[in-house]
Amino acid sequence: MKRFLVPLAAVLTLALACAASAGTLDDVKNKGFVSAGVSGKVPGFSAPDQDGVWRGLDVDFCRAVAAAVFGDPDKVKFVPVTTKERFTALQTGEIDVLSRNTTWSLERDAAQGIDFAGVLFYDGQGFMVSKKLGVKSARELDGASICIQIGTTTEMNVSDYFAAHGMTFKPVVFESADEATVIYDTGRADVYTTDASGLAARRTTMSNPDEHIILPEIISKEPLGPAVRQGDSQWSDIVRWTLFALINAEELGVTSANVDEMLKSENPAVKRLLGLDGNLGEQLGLTNQWAYNVVKLVGNYGEIYDRNVGPATPLKLERGLNALWTNGGLLYAPPVR
Amino acid sequence: MADPATPEPKGPSRLLHDRRWRAVIAQAAAFALVAALLACAGLNMARNLERAGIASGFGFLDQVAGFEISQTLIEYSRASTYARAFWVGLLNTLAVSAVCIAASTVLGFLLGLLRLSPNWLAARLAGVYVEVVRNVPLLLQILFWYIAVLNPLPPPRQALDLGGVAYLCNRGLVLPWPQWERGGLAVGLALAAGLALAWGFAAWARRRRVRTGRSLPVWRLGALLAALPPALAWALADARVEWSIPALSGFNFRGGGTVEPEFIALALALTLYTAGFIAENVRAGIQAVPRGQIEAAASLGLRPWRVMRLVVVPQAMRVIIPPLTSQHMTLVKNSSLAVVIGYPDLMSVFAGTTLNQTGQAVEIIAITMLVYLAVSIVISLIMNWYNDAMALKGR
Ligand SMILES: N[C@@H](CCC(=O)N[C@@H](CS)C(=O)NCC(=O)O)C(=O)O
Repeated sequence: MKRFLVPLAAVLTLALACAASAGTLDDVKNKGFVSAGVSGKVPGFSAPDQDGVWRGLDVDFCRAVAAAVFGDPDKVKFVPVTTKERFTALQTGEIDVLSRNTTWSLERDAAQGIDFAGVLFYDGQGFMVSKKLGVKSARELDGASICIQIGTTTEMNVSDYFAAHGMTFKPVVFESADEATVIYDTGRADVYTTDASGLAARRTTMSNPDEHIILPEIISKEPLGPAVRQGDSQWSDIVRWTLFALINAEELGVTSANVDEMLKSENPAVKRLLGLDGNLGEQLGLTNQWAYNVVKLVGNYGEIYDRNVGPATPLKLERGLNALWTNGGLLYAPPVR
Repeated sequence: MADPATPEPKGPSRLLHDRRWRAVIAQAAAFALVAALLACAGLNMARNLERAGIASGFGFLDQVAGFEISQTLIEYSRASTYARAFWVGLLNTLAVSAVCIAASTVLGFLLGLLRLSPNWLAARLAGVYVEVVRNVPLLLQILFWYIAVLNPLPPPRQALDLGGVAYLCNRGLVLPWPQWERGGLAVGLALAAGLALAWGFAAWARRRRVRTGRSLPVWRLGALLAALPPALAWALADARVEWSIPALSGFNFRGGGTVEPEFIALALALTLYTAGFIAENVRAGIQAVPRGQIEAAASLGLRPWRVMRLVVVPQAMRVIIPPLTSQHMTLVKNSSLAVVIGYPDLMSVFAGTTLNQTGQAVEIIAITMLVYLAVSIVISLIMNWYNDAMALKGR
C-alpha cells in the first residue's frame, strides 16, 4: 500500500489547496503585502532604477493598491513575470495583481481565468526600425525580419497587418525583451515591434537610442491595464476603484502636494473621495481613508504619468489618448459616490 | 504450479491460492486504483478549471492559429490550425535533434579515439576540448554561438559570398534551393529506398565475408545501389527541378532556401556540447576492452587502425551504447533550450505561443510532456535493438 500513499497524498493536497483559498483581500492582509506581477524590464513602466528601487507607471499603480489596502505604498512585493508566464502566475495565486503592459482582450478576459480592472494606459502597436534602413512607413516593410516577444498580442497583430497589406515577414520570437532588444540592436532583425510605449521604453535601453525611429503607423488597439484572478469581485473592485480614484483625483485637482489642504474643501465630490463623507471605503472592505492614502502617498494619475513616462522623462510620451476626457483624452472614471 | 502435497482448493477461491493468479489480480487491482486516481484527479481538475474560468478541452486544436512561424518544414500559414502549428514545432524539434544526434555521435567517436591516440598533442587537445565543453553550461554555449558568433555576421547587403550562389549573413545561410515542378516525392522516396538497399547489401556482404572470407568492394557497389533507384525514378517520373537562386531584394534575400541562424547556433552548440560527453563514453568503452585483445589482434599482424575497427570498437560498443542512448535522449530534451534564441521548436511554438494565445496550460503541457516522453522511448527502443544486434552472440 505504501506505493500508493505518495500519489494519494499529492491528490489530496491538491484538492485541499484548491478548497482552502479565501478571499484575496484577507490573504493579502494576512501576509502583509500585495504581491504584484510586473515586467521589470520596461523603463517607465516597471524596472528597478540604479539604486534598486522599482520605478514606473505599472509599479506605481501597484503601490497605489498597497496604499489603499494598508495605507503604506511600500507593502508590495514586485515579482517580475515574463509575457509567457504572466497569466499562469495570476491563476495560480503567485501574484495578486498583474500590472505589466498587458492588453485587455476578449480571449484573455474569457478564457484565461482573469479579469481586467480597467485601462491604465491606452496604447497601440508600433514598429521601430534603424534610421539607416531609410524606411519611412510600415508599408515598406515587405520581406523584413521582425523581432517579437512570445505570448503577446503583438504576435497576432503583426501577422494580421502583414496579411492585410499583402506583405510577408520573418518572425524571430523571443521570451524576454532583453534578448529581443539585443537581437534587434545587432541587426539580426530589421524591425522591433511591440506596444508603442514599449518601443519608446526599450529604445532607452539600446546602445544608441537616437539611431532608431518609431514608424507612424499604429496597427492595433492595446488598452493596457491591471488584471486580477477571476471570481473574487471584492478584490477586483478594490483594484478597479484604486484606478478610478487616481483618475478622479486628477480630475478634481487633488494632488499629493495639496491633498491635506483639500481636506478642507467644500466640494462634495472631493469630500467623498477623501473619505470625509459617507463610508465608501468601508463598502470596499477598506478604510474610508483609502483614496486619501492613495493620493497622498503615490499621487494622482497625472502625477504618476508625468513622473514615469511623461514629456520630461526619457520616454517623452505626450498624454494623447491618456489625457482626461475633459482634455480631449479617453480617461473617464465613474464617480466615487 | 500448485503444491502437490496440499489438496487443490475448488471454486473461485482457487484463484486466490494460485500464485500466478494472485499476481495477476494484484496487478489488475493496482492498475485499477491508479486509473481511478488519475480519473479522479482529471475530473477534479476539470471542475476546478471551470470554476476558475479557465478554458479547457482539446477543441482549441482546430482553431486558427493566426501567428507566423519562421521555419516550417511542412506547409503552414497564419490561417493554419493550432494542431498544424504543433506539428511544425514538433518537426523543428525533431529536425534539430536528428541533425545533432548524427553529428555529435560522429564527432564524439572521433574525439574519443583522438583522446586515446598515441599522438600526445592530439590527445591533449581532445582532452582540453572535452573538459571545456562539458564544464560550460549549455545555455551559455548556445548564447555564445548565437550572439557572439552568428549575430555579428554582416547584414544581407554585405553578405559573405560563397561562390556566387550561397551567402552567409546575419540572416543565416542562404542557399540555392531545388523547386520540384514534378517528381520530387518520387525521387525522394526512391533515394530512401536506395539507401536502405545499400545498407542491406552492406550487411549481407559482411555476413558473406565472415562466412567465406571473401570481401566485396562494398563502398562502390553500395553507392551504385543507392544511386540507381533515384535515377530510375527521375527518368520514369520525368522529374523537373528548378533551382531557385537567392538574390538580394529590399531587406533580404529572395528565393533560395535559408538555414536560419537560430538553427545553426542551436545545432552547433548542441552538437559540440553532446560530442564532449559522447567522447568520454567512447573513451571509457574502449578502455574497458582488455589489453590482451589488442595485443592478440596486433600479434596477428593487423594494422592499428584495423585492430581498432575490427576488434576493439565492436567490443567497446557494448559498453558505449547504453550511455550513448542517454546522451541522445538528453540531447532531445536539451533542444528545448531553443526557446532562448527564438528557434521555433515545440516549446516555443506550442508550449509558448499557443499556450499563451489559448490559455490552455494543462492540456498543452500534458501533450508536450507526452511528446518528449514518446521521443525518448522511441530512441531507447532503437538503441536497445541496436544493442541487441551488437551484443556478443552465443554467450
Ligand atoms: N500589450 C501586449 C504586449 C506586451 C509586451 O510585449 N510587453 C513587452 C514590451 S512593452 C514587455 O513587457 N517586455 C518586457 C519583458 O519581457 O519583461 C500584450 O499584452 O500582449
